[in-house]
Amino acid sequence: MIEPISIDLASLNIPSLVPMMVAIVGALSIICIDLVNKKLDKSLYIVLAMLFLAVDFVTVIGFNGAIRGFFDLMLVDGISILAQAIIIIGTAFFILLGFTKQRFQEQRYPEYIALFLFMAGGFQFMVSSDSLILILVGLETASMALYVMIAMHNRDRAIEAAIKYFTMGALSTAFFAFGAMIFYALTGSVELSKISLVLVASEFENYGVILLGVVFMLGALGFKLSLVPFHLWVADVYEGSSAQLAGFISTVPKIAAFVVALRFFEIFVSVDNEWVETILFAIIVLTMTLPNLIALVQTDIKRMLAFSSISHAGFVFSAILIESTQATIGLFLYWILFALANLGMFTLLWMNRNKAQKESSDNQMINYSGLIKTAPAFALLNGLFLLTLAGIPPFSVFWGKMYLISSAINNGYMILAFVMILNSAIAVYYYLRPIVYMFFREKIAQKETIIGTNSTLMLKVIVASCAVFAIISVGLIDILIETISFYVQISGY
Amino acid sequence: MEHILSILIFFPALAAIIGFLVKEDSIKAYGIVVTAIVFILSCILWYNFDNAQAQMQFTEYMELIPSFGINYVLGVDGISLFLVIMTTFMTMISLIGLNEKRDLKNLIISILFLEMTMIGVFVSLDAIVFYLFWELSLVPMLYIIGAWGAKLRIYASIKFFLYTFLGSLIMLVGMLYMGYIYFETTGSWSFSFLDWNMLALDYNLQLWLFAAFFAGFAVKVPMVPFHTWLPYAHGQAPTIGSVILAAILLKMGTYGFIRFSLPLFPDASVALMIPMGILGVIAIIYTAMIAYAQEDIKQVIAYSSISHMGVIILGTFALNVEGIGGSIFLMISHGIVSGALFMLVGMIYDRRHTKMISEFGGLAKVMPRFATIFAIMLMASVGLPLTIGFVGEFLSLLGYFRVSPTLTLLAGLTIILGAVYMLSVYKKSFFGELKNEENKKLEDIKGKELVALVPLVALVIFLGVYPKPILEPVDTSVKRVLQVMQVKAVNEETREKLAKLNSIKEHE
Repeated sequence: MIEPISIDLASLNIPSLVPMMVAIVGALSIICIDLVNKKLDKSLYIVLAMLFLAVDFVTVIGFNGAIRGFFDLMLVDGISILAQAIIIIGTAFFILLGFTKQRFQEQRYPEYIALFLFMAGGFQFMVSSDSLILILVGLETASMALYVMIAMHNRDRAIEAAIKYFTMGALSTAFFAFGAMIFYALTGSVELSKISLVLVASEFENYGVILLGVVFMLGALGFKLSLVPFHLWVADVYEGSSAQLAGFISTVPKIAAFVVALRFFEIFVSVDNEWVETILFAIIVLTMTLPNLIALVQTDIKRMLAFSSISHAGFVFSAILIESTQATIGLFLYWILFALANLGMFTLLWMNRNKAQKESSDNQMINYSGLIKTAPAFALLNGLFLLTLAGIPPFSVFWGKMYLISSAINNGYMILAFVMILNSAIAVYYYLRPIVYMFFREKIAQKETIIGTNSTLMLKVIVASCAVFAIISVGLIDILIETISFYVQISGY
Repeated sequence: MEHILSILIFFPALAAIIGFLVKEDSIKAYGIVVTAIVFILSCILWYNFDNAQAQMQFTEYMELIPSFGINYVLGVDGISLFLVIMTTFMTMISLIGLNEKRDLKNLIISILFLEMTMIGVFVSLDAIVFYLFWELSLVPMLYIIGAWGAKLRIYASIKFFLYTFLGSLIMLVGMLYMGYIYFETTGSWSFSFLDWNMLALDYNLQLWLFAAFFAGFAVKVPMVPFHTWLPYAHGQAPTIGSVILAAILLKMGTYGFIRFSLPLFPDASVALMIPMGILGVIAIIYTAMIAYAQEDIKQVIAYSSISHMGVIILGTFALNVEGIGGSIFLMISHGIVSGALFMLVGMIYDRRHTKMISEFGGLAKVMPRFATIFAIMLMASVGLPLTIGFVGEFLSLLGYFRVSPTLTLLAGLTIILGAVYMLSVYKKSFFGELKNEENKKLEDIKGKELVALVPLVALVIFLGVYPKPILEPVDTSVKRVLQVMQVKAVNEETREKLAKLNSIKEHE
């Protein structure tokens, strides 16, 4: 007779699953409501999504159960809670961008909102797990949702972008699977903590195979984080997607990938593994510098922002190399400040989306000439966000940059610090170019661009709050550092 | 009274934000009223300033990011007091003499924001807050040059911004490293200058950090060879942009040397006295020769600015009371004189729409008042005794004589070369035949232009004859800085050298 398997329900730690479940249940209920009544307005779905995300957020923040759950698949430690909070708030803000004046194709389908929620749930699984398999599942759930959402915009460029993202994303998933396979072969486990124990205990024998696994994982994570040389998809995908999604892609998926990278590379960086550190260093320097140089020649503001976001991601990825508590705090601090600045910037671009015009001409910088006279509020806000992203004090992103440069200096990475500031200086040039067009040049008479064709009160409120946050961020930095530091330190990073 | 410094910083900014409500035709009066109020406040600050006390006065402290040691620390002493007063004064004067008509509202609001950042630089005692105001001052200046400037304005403003930004970022790395050293030594984070003053750093470290701070300050001063942004910036900027750039923004660099580099890195400063002196002398002679070759009158004054900043650097790195006191006085005097000179050039440009010297000639016949004031300012710029320019120059050179008589002799050429190019310009523009038809119809300066210039002339003569009101508080604070340097010096030879520089006896 086989012994009955008794599983203690408490050991499953259901509360650790609740946040993701809320998001997924929310998505399913939106789909069900649409099945019942097809004529409901998009605002219902957006608000429902907000409600579910609010409940999700509350369960994340209020989580004080055990860290491990569900047969050790779940790992809900401090950085997981922090990352989930960022993911939920980010998703919420970007869903709110759905309140537009013009009607777009994707807004006809409530599935769009449901996919947003599925995506949030997927990313939440990705950051709350130690097991390479569950991370892969979360990654795929979210990525599949994202591919579809980009295509739902139903323009040529959008479908092109979705296909590019999909094919390269599929490749990166394959890399992830290979990497996980190699580590399973080496250590007999797919859990990162167990992998780390076995590798350290065996003192990294079979080093060649381990490096192969690292390279595969780097390829997978590098794609998601848009590290060089896995960054080629970024410009086209951002240009093709709607500004709402482009802004989303630039902030939320990256924090999820950062957390996974943090967990994964800790195995190698904490034992000062030379090869891995060198590879990471080279990638960081390339990721900061190369896109900066490419961005210098862009004439389309969305492509410029795409390349600049790659550079920002490289900047933050250095925190994974530096691997001190201060660096990890800096990672989250920088990303929160950057996300809010990017939210403001892309909302401004979204407000100018004009369905009557060809999409590619929407965002040419030359259209911004002389805006200080014709649309002063827009020009001022745009200038504010550009200066914020460039890292001019006292606006928000400067404090994140300062914290990361400081963590580089404090841990002896002087060359890295100098590369960081050099790239900040290069970046200023291309961030200043739209400002030059808006403030210093006369309006080009024949271009009749209309600013604010897509703006509604909700979008204006979002932009205003991001702008206010960027200006007063000085006073909030301390609270942010305290909160982040609490969560980072209880997870042992 | 305790918060007067915060009021001085943020009142112009508040006025700038509310200024959006004022209609365009009254915005200039609004600007003049606001800057006049700020100037009166700074005079009240001077009135309540205790000349005998060498410590920081009117200090304010508020926590900003306490977990990282960044706090809002303000304070003023003899070194910064007069820079603040000169800032508010020159901003007010430049607004009175303003003759710009396009987009006046945006211009005035930018100037008010700029005033906030400039005062903030001179009174902040926390390194990161100092950096914050330092960088923020670039943004309104970028806008002023870029929007109201001449043909190549975009190139000039972007070059100015990027060059200065890169230098300041290197300075930021130095500041962050210094903060880290403080954390390692004492166990708590602080970026306050008052706390950093207690650290005694190892010599090699001092050299590196001096170099990092040097990068930021040297581009701003500007020191040769980092000066190439200035002629463009001046050439393309509108008059008011040039006035504020020359009068105040350049002083931030030299102020930074005295406030940060000297007391924090005494051994490095002493060791680099001669190299800095050489750079100063090169600046003096080289840019004076370039000034002589210019055909555009504004460029002549721009290059003469760089030349005078060379004398200021010389005085600063004399590392004795005469030298540093002289350099601070020269900062004030250069601010007034070059501000006046740029305004005068602006006035003739408004009339003739050209700045080429060849277009002028015989102007003294049609514009006698203009010629007189120009002559007085010229004499002050050259350094004629009994004008304000003489006091600062003489003291700086006197101070540096103790360091190296040869370099001082070469630097003294500034007086001769200055006379050469300035008198040559004057002769070509003002004396001689009135050949050009256009010039015969020119109106002399009157009204608001006179109101703006007469106080400057008065100051030039008054402070030239009686410089004590400024020199006294400056002396007290400078003595303290030198004392701090003496105490903190790590190497014995530094201490000996400093003692030697500050005494009259030949051998100790």
